[in-house]
Amino acid sequence: MTTAESKASVARRVGLFVTCLVDLYRPSVGFAAVKLLQEAGCTVEVPAAQTCCGQPAYNSGDRADAQAIARQVIAAFEPFEHVVVPSGSCAGMIHSHYPALFDDDALWRARAERLAARTHELVAFLVDVCGMTRVAASWRGLVTYHDSCSGLRELGVKNQPRQLLDSIAGLKRTELPGAEICCGFGGTFCVKYPEISDKMVSEKTADIAATGADLVLAGDMGCLLNIAGKLSREGRPVVARHVAEVLAGIDDTPPIGAPRR
Amino acid sequence: MTDSRASVLGNIRQALKRGAPTAEQRQQAANRIAAGKTNLLPARGQLEPKAQVTLFQKMAEEAAATVARVNDPAAIPAAIADYLARENLPARLRLSTEADITGLPWSTRPLLEISKGATDGSDEVSVTGSYAGIAETGTLMLASGAERPTTLNFLPETHIVVLSADRVVGALEQAWARLRGEFGAGNMPRTVNFITGPSRSADIEQTLQMGAHGPRRLHIILVDGEAAGGS
Amino acid sequence: MHTPTSHAFKDNARRALGDPQLQQAMSHVKKNFIEKRAKAAARLPEFEALRDAARSIKDHTLANLDIYLEAYEAKVKEAGGHVHWCADAESARQTVLRLCRAAKARTVTKGKSMIGEEIAINDFLEENGITPVETDLGEYIIQLRHELPSHIIAPAIHLTKEQVADAFREAHTDLDPNRPLTEPRDMLAEARAKLRDRFLKADVGITGANFLIAETGSSVIVTNEGNGDLTQILPRVHIVLASLEKVVPTLEDASTILRVLARSATGQEMSVYTTFSTGPRRADDADGPDEYHVVLLDNGRSKMLGSEFAEALRCIRCGACLNHCPVYQAVGGHAYGWVYSGPIGAVLNPALIGVEEAGDLPNASTFCGRCESVCPMRIPLPKMMRHWREREFERHLTPPRHRLGLKLWAFLATHPALYRLTASLAARLLGALGGKRGRFAALPLAQGWTAHRDMPAPEGRSFQSLWAAGNRNAGKQP
Repeated sequence: MTTAESKASVARRVGLFVTCLVDLYRPSVGFAAVKLLQEAGCTVEVPAAQTCCGQPAYNSGDRADAQAIARQVIAAFEPFEHVVVPSGSCAGMIHSHYPALFDDDALWRARAERLAARTHELVAFLVDVCGMTRVAASWRGLVTYHDSCSGLRELGVKNQPRQLLDSIAGLKRTELPGAEICCGFGGTFCVKYPEISDKMVSEKTADIAATGADLVLAGDMGCLLNIAGKLSREGRPVVARHVAEVLAGIDDTPPIGAPRR
Repeated sequence: MTDSRASVLGNIRQALKRGAPTAEQRQQAANRIAAGKTNLLPARGQLEPKAQVTLFQKMAEEAAATVARVNDPAAIPAAIADYLARENLPARLRLSTEADITGLPWSTRPLLEISKGATDGSDEVSVTGSYAGIAETGTLMLASGAERPTTLNFLPETHIVVLSADRVVGALEQAWARLRGEFGAGNMPRTVNFITGPSRSADIEQTLQMGAHGPRRLHIILVDGEAAGGS
Repeated sequence: MHTPTSHAFKDNARRALGDPQLQQAMSHVKKNFIEKRAKAAARLPEFEALRDAARSIKDHTLANLDIYLEAYEAKVKEAGGHVHWCADAESARQTVLRLCRAAKARTVTKGKSMIGEEIAINDFLEENGITPVETDLGEYIIQLRHELPSHIIAPAIHLTKEQVADAFREAHTDLDPNRPLTEPRDMLAEARAKLRDRFLKADVGITGANFLIAETGSSVIVTNEGNGDLTQILPRVHIVLASLEKVVPTLEDASTILRVLARSATGQEMSVYTTFSTGPRRADDADGPDEYHVVLLDNGRSKMLGSEFAEALRCIRCGACLNHCPVYQAVGGHAYGWVYSGPIGAVLNPALIGVEEAGDLPNASTFCGRCESVCPMRIPLPKMMRHWREREFERHLTPPRHRLGLKLWAFLATHPALYRLTASLAARLLGALGGKRGRFAALPLAQGWTAHRDMPAPEGRSFQSLWAAGNRNAGKQP
């Protein structure tokens, strides 16, 4: 048995942290994540007590509220051996920031560290932990991929989505110049500093359009709402989806922000 | 003022959450200083001597210095005269007063006008020796002294430097070791210059240009007894 | 004195975004600095390890800062120099003035010094009848234009060559007005000639310092032009302006950090001139200054040392964080309103001029983390910007509407049943309002967003409500 196969043969129990943006905006991404995790041999549960990872409070300097929210997340998810998140920024919050949030509380810090060690971004989990090398889905078209900052820099999500996308027959992928440059979302940044954010997202959409791709993908709904909203305001033909939708072959929902049939 | 000094040191100590350092802490720092330990030497700075000389030339040229090799100091005046003619520069040189430089057979090139000593800026071409060459980055090391005016390194438009191949070291750290050996640990000449190529600036629209304030040309005469031979 | 305008960051940024000349000038940053740094880093296999080593050196030094500064001072004195400890900008200014007066200085040449900008020494000297002359080409240009530098190592990066030519024509009135000044080459030649004269006539030369070496009492400057060297060897008096955290223990320590400095700043293997100066000229030296003074400045550093911002004291002023920051690239350095810009400015300016003045700066960041990823000293810049946000939140400097929003969201987030209900309703409502178009061109309370982008409409049901209803596959319709 190869390492990939031996990885795949283990049945993993996953708690899905669906994230507030997926929950509110685009459940398809949540279902795509479930489908992919099952394809990788996991059993998936969705604890009802989940809400938000606490990043908005944390990045606004509101440690108290961030801690309160984090305690809730830790309690809801610590029964699971793996916590998987279809978002680099939310996974990064739990993985990279929860421990530091409890610097002054040894007990919660230990619980946070345990949870952090078991929390993964979706595609990184599929490839690095489950050993997935290809997906069953099919998809046609020319796509390009934007690296969400947190996933890239906090969690090392870079090759995994590309690898899985490249395994889809009929799907062509072109590399996005400046893929690693921030799209300008940044949580409240995009509404507090709208002109600067607009400049950043305009450069991003120009880069995307220049690739000739008809579809741009990313692993974070924040980036995607931002990019999709700009693409449609600019009247560009390129559309946007979460990478999980393509990897799971879910195409019965329109792209983000696109008209419904 | 002593008040200021005490106040700044006091603020530092407060920040570090301690009082005055203990004798042990002071000794540890003194030991670290005395040890002069090399932190991490890149492989590039640890080549064999011959490879070092080759690397030195390569890196210096990459930094837009020009390098000419001679295998005998006696050939230097001729090499310099040739260089001046090639670059269409006046045949006037301002030399440092180092014996290695003034003692060269300048009489073999009698048309060269020679003067010596520090410069007031009216000299267009200077000739100096060098303390060492750093292969890692193609850098010249020059140390000031009675016979080595620093003005010669900066005011003239063209700076010609004589470097002996046996003074080429791999990295900065080896140069410091040598300097400590000659000047004594913790002692320095007034100015130690590390020079990598000619002066330049990209301050105007990011366009790189040579000759910002220092020399526009840096020409290195590398004296390598084995320059003529193979490896 | 340059009054800070950091409090007007939003207005500054707006103006900067609408300034075509600035935008054109900033477009050079990507190609020049970013690509060059990447090449230099890739070329040196030990680069990452050197970043770690550099970080360790600074951490060790800062943890023993008083000891190393005292050791440094002792060596400076041994070499015949003087150290002047200054707690704040005012005392540093007075010290420099006193030294210049003692030297009967009429003109003072200056190498590039961010500390000089910090204490606004140029204006102060001028007010007191002494003429300061910036000699770094970029600094010279902005001095003519009465501006602050807009970048830590490329002070005039915000200018087009036409703007430089205009500044020269206006200032160099003794030259032929019809002379050609279209190429950078012409302007450089003109500046070189003008400044050569000033170099030779200066009574005092003031430089900054990239490093102070405790082992030898040396100050180190790093330049590409050679202006710092002419500044410090020609006049009778050499004054070094340096802040406390510049000290490192040994020559080897400086050598290690030098390896990551030029590569991170401009992508060069080594800057053209790296100069170690120790004391005044020796008795039999052929040239050099008669006096050597180091003005050692605190101005907020010791306070930072004891705070959660201590790691920012590792900064070696390479500018890499600026170059890689998409916010800096969008608005340039002047928008930050004070001496330091970009990510390091967002951390330093509040520490040095107060968070009430500079509070916008750490907020104007997406925390993309690119700065930290390229910082040679591994300074966790986003983390420290977040700390400033925490301080602002504690002091209620955060706008009330924002605080209210956070409180409401936190309430929902800690009451899962209520959260699920709210999310379900919101998804349905916005989904329905979004209609066939699938997006909103305008949305109440979301003007910051919809001014520039459409807002995609939700699919129409929340994931959790679908899951709770028994859906296990994709396939939920509005």
